[in-house]
Amino acid sequence: MKFGILIQDGPYNHEAADSAYNFITAALERGHSIQGIFFYNDGVHNVNKLMDPPQDDRHISKRWSELGAKGIDIVVCIAAAKRRGINKDVIVPNVRISGLGQLLEIAVESDRLITFGAG
Amino acid sequence: MTEKEKTKIMFIMRKSPHGSILAYEGLEAILIMGAFEQEISVVFIDDGVFVLKKEQDTKPLGVKEFSRTFRTLEDYDITNIYADRESLEQRGLSADDLIIPVKVVEAGEITKIMDEQDVLFPF
Repeated sequence: MKFGILIQDGPYNHEAADSAYNFITAALERGHSIQGIFFYNDGVHNVNKLMDPPQDDRHISKRWSELGAKGIDIVVCIAAAKRRGINKDVIVPNVRISGLGQLLEIAVESDRLITFGAG
Repeated sequence: MTEKEKTKIMFIMRKSPHGSILAYEGLEAILIMGAFEQEISVVFIDDGVFVLKKEQDTKPLGVKEFSRTFRTLEDYDITNIYADRESLEQRGLSADDLIIPVKVVEAGEITKIMDEQDVLFPF
């Protein structure tokens, strides 16, 4: 199955970013594909390269960047990013900033859109 | 985007308008996607019904008052707008208290409408 992923919550504060990551890696392991990952709302903080967690903890933005390096399209909403101070200078490699039209495209092209972290 | 039938997209608005940014950024998403000529509907449930409450004054809160922007949904041909009857009643509201016309529906009907969608966006 082709999954689209929408992440609406930031890193560390709640489990959404981890649940999404675990879902994606499990889906890939089972031979499913990921049409794209879209970060909206506080989700845009997920790709901040300035985050520097303790060494014995997971590094959430690095993890997304590694998924992006595998060829998964990772998109950060520009409107949500702008108001939160996220721009091209502070995002990790292998993710891109674009508009909500990209979320629509991911949703349309996927068999199923899965959201993490709404409200 | 590949040529195919319009995608049926429903936005589920469940949060109060100013306690979090979800309602406002939900509205932004509705407006952007409304420009792409998909089949869009919006449902207001739980505290989400407050989003459409008439005569909001956000000055004391120091945040943007955006409820009036919902009037523009008509310009995007977004006319399938629903509100959950029980959510309204629990909050002492009726359709007359809302800034735009909505179809007041029972929870069971909302479930049916959701089942017909291709994509659900919860806010």
